[in-house]
Amino acid sequence: MKPSTFREISGNSGGYWALLVFLGLLIAVGLGAAWYMEHNGHWVTGMNNQIVWGMPHVFAVFLIVAASGALNVATMASIFGRTAFKPLSRLSGLLAIALLAGGLLVLVLDLGRPDRLIMAMMNLNFMSIFAWNIILYNGFFVIVAVYLWTLMERRGNRFTRGAGLFAFLWRLILTLGTGSIFGFLVARQAYDAAIMAPLFIALSFSFGLAIFMLVLFASYRWSGRPLGDDMIHRLQRLLGLFVVTALLFVAIYHLTNLYAAEHRDVEQFILDGNNVYSGLFWVGYILLGSLVPMAIAWFSPFRAAIGWVTTAAVLVVGGGMAMIYVIIIGGQAYPLQLFPGKAVSSSFFDGVISPYSPTLAETLLGIGGVGIALAIVVVGIRLFKFLPLSLEDARVDAHDKAE
Amino acid sequence: MVKRYGFPLLLALLLAAGTPALAAAPLPDIPKAIKGEQCVEDTGFMRRNHMALLEHQRDDTVQRGIRTRQHSLKHCFTCHVVQDDHSQPVTAADPRHFCRVCHDYAAVQVDCWQCHVSIPEPSATSLRGGQP
Amino acid sequence: MSDEKALSGEKVMNNKIDSYKRRFLAQSAVITGAAALGGGLVLTRVVQARPASQAVSSKNRWGLLIDTRKCANDCDACVQACEMEHGWGRGSSDEQRSSPAQKAQWIRKVTLRDRTTGHETSLPMMCQHCAHPPCVDVCPTGASMKRDDGIVLVDKHRCIGCRYCMMACPYKARSFIHEDLHGQKTASPRGKGTVESCNLCVHRVDQGKIPACAEACPEKAILFGDLKDADSEIARRLASEPSTEIRGDLRLDLGVRYQNI
Ligand code: HEC
Ligand code: HEC
Ligand code: HEC
Repeated sequence: MKPSTFREISGNSGGYWALLVFLGLLIAVGLGAAWYMEHNGHWVTGMNNQIVWGMPHVFAVFLIVAASGALNVATMASIFGRTAFKPLSRLSGLLAIALLAGGLLVLVLDLGRPDRLIMAMMNLNFMSIFAWNIILYNGFFVIVAVYLWTLMERRGNRFTRGAGLFAFLWRLILTLGTGSIFGFLVARQAYDAAIMAPLFIALSFSFGLAIFMLVLFASYRWSGRPLGDDMIHRLQRLLGLFVVTALLFVAIYHLTNLYAAEHRDVEQFILDGNNVYSGLFWVGYILLGSLVPMAIAWFSPFRAAIGWVTTAAVLVVGGGMAMIYVIIIGGQAYPLQLFPGKAVSSSFFDGVISPYSPTLAETLLGIGGVGIALAIVVVGIRLFKFLPLSLEDARVDAHDKAE
Repeated sequence: MVKRYGFPLLLALLLAAGTPALAAAPLPDIPKAIKGEQCVEDTGFMRRNHMALLEHQRDDTVQRGIRTRQHSLKHCFTCHVVQDDHSQPVTAADPRHFCRVCHDYAAVQVDCWQCHVSIPEPSATSLRGGQP
Repeated sequence: MSDEKALSGEKVMNNKIDSYKRRFLAQSAVITGAAALGGGLVLTRVVQARPASQAVSSKNRWGLLIDTRKCANDCDACVQACEMEHGWGRGSSDEQRSSPAQKAQWIRKVTLRDRTTGHETSLPMMCQHCAHPPCVDVCPTGASMKRDDGIVLVDKHRCIGCRYCMMACPYKARSFIHEDLHGQKTASPRGKGTVESCNLCVHRVDQGKIPACAEACPEKAILFGDLKDADSEIARRLASEPSTEIRGDLRLDLGVRYQNI
């Protein structure tokens, strides 16, 4: 196989600038929403003392989980020797950094007192899994940046494998950490499960790859670079595999919860309740976000059909958002069980299912985070050599056939 | 976050580094204390170090339950009161407030008043509900 | 406030005061000096349980024992007292824009109904002042903290408003402030963007007084005291009478115990 030639995209078409302006608008609106929330206080959001974390956290967690997943394509090439994916490693690293930055920004801008962040960073409480996550996130930026350097600098090439391995391990720990943010909440019946952290890893694989595919397809199409059927098909198969894996972990999570007596009520609420969470779970995540993409991934009529594969990736992203919504919001909506066996009532919404309707502001803040992530990619591939000139089949390693 | 506050923060840091120069500049017209011959520490010392004292007191009180009066924030307003035209004490929302005069002049922003009351306690609230 | 109402708490505090008195004598010279310096300001009628300059210590652990049989269904004197003391709810004209689900509640009355017998129990819920508080473990900045004397509170100077502690609290004891406030009480600063909860009236306890809720309860259903002082009424009653911790399965070793749930 001939080594790929990497080039910046030319990026002076009207379409490129239109895209940048659009993303800039998303970011501006997101920042405006954050300012509005902070200036007025969180009463302008749908979040309250019962639904403590809302839409911004759905977006942030999704982006952060997807960030670690986006690095997988690089990992497959660098450590697992899938040379076919080698040309994609750089984009994979860039996307990982971009998604993490977008997610973190949303998280930070939703804080009650973001002005104190720097003070807080200097006084971390190392008992807190949250504080550990801050370190993991910062480390992730550095490690992926080093990894990208080993890929893009000839002098660094011989360290690529080592750096890739390190980045892979780090990203596993990072997703474990993100999952543990919920797993450590012993008091909440929906979250108190050891499977929470591995579940997040499983989800990250499919979310990350889906976004990666969308970004890859869009940039090749819009920059007019060739993308071979073989590559599309490989990614398509891989996506199917990741989606099944995630589904498996989701099944284990819910089954174990059903068997744990103290979790059964909240499980029933999520799974067979007549509520938005059950709908999002079954229709959003299971049907549209998993079963349909799996069908597209495996049935031969869809083989390398870029339109269908794109649809599958979009569905995985949408289903993923639905799943995270169910985990974060659904888990809080169901009342805490303080007095088992008793009917509870109070002025503070004990014993009732808490409604949540996100307002425009908090949703726009989340979308702003997506805008940031995409803008970083769009600017990155124009300034640096992230994308191979061609991903035609002849260039893709012939020995490493898609199975 | 860092995006939004990083720059002002940097400015504030530069400003802090530049305060020795400020001491030399003519000071604004600082309202006189309504009682007491002197401040809780030497006046010159207070002018320069009141923030450090308050910060120390803050941690002592909140984290260790130490409630000495001398450097307590509440206590400042037993003496440092500025009255408005109706002889009512003004809060820190008013630019005439003792803490505001210098801060506005030096472009220092403190967030204390989002939570803390900036006027004297209405007669001995602290004793309300106490035992005989 | 009538003398009776304060009685149960006073007894507890008197016990403490005795043990402090000895140390107090030795330090009195210093205190007098400090008092003089402060302009003769130590005129409070309440005896200082602990010299103001002395840090809290782990020799004490403050807690509450709540007898639900004495707690009337339609009474919320404890809630009202807390509101007045700390300036939330009926104790303040703030939080007008926050929805009911967004308004702060440091203490609330909860009614339990047995599903089979229909028997109703009423009790006040507030921060349970865990010995192993999940809110403290999760707080990234160390704002959520436990004082050496067992009181769990938020150092609002360090709080960044991430609300992770609210997610972690098994008792829904915490509230987030959703808007600007203006009518705070001097003794209890509160402000937008930070999390808050019952702090067992630290400012009163530090002055040798009992929490506002305990003082206000007409039935003296809320007993405040030092769990570590074997002679205190609360410790004696806990040793001799049955009591429960809410969600005792979590093994958080609560500072607030209930009877007759
Ligand atoms: C006992 C009354 C009293 C108390 C309490 C008090 N001060 Fe003062 N303070 C004074 C007096 C008197 C001066 C001297 C200047 C004057 O007469 O206004 C002064 C001066 C100052 C100055 C310098 C002003 C200047 O003119 O340059 C600062 C700053 C200050 N005080 C801060 C504080 C702070 C902060 C607190 C609370 C920790 C506090 N003071 C408590 C009486 C008091
Ligand atoms: C003599 C003028 C003066 C007066 C009066 C004064 N301050 Fe200051 N204060 C300053 C200056 C100047 C700074 C900035 C110093 C620096 O940044 O090093 C400052 C800084 C502070 C800070 C630290 C702010 C930060 O961002 O680090 C606090 C807190 C503070 N003041 C509280 C008070 C309070 C409370 C009062 C009223 C009781 C008060 N000050 C009255 C001059 C004054
Ligand atoms: C988000 C709310 C909040 C803000 C903002 C805030 N505080 Fe406080 N502060 C508190 C609370 C709550 C206490 C504890 C009161 C108690 O236990 O009596 C406290 C206590 C203190 C105390 C000890 C009690 C006293 O009156 O002496 C000091 C000193 C203090 N704060 C200083 C400051 C200063 C200086 C600032 C501004 C730079 C500030 N605080 C900003 C909430 C706040």
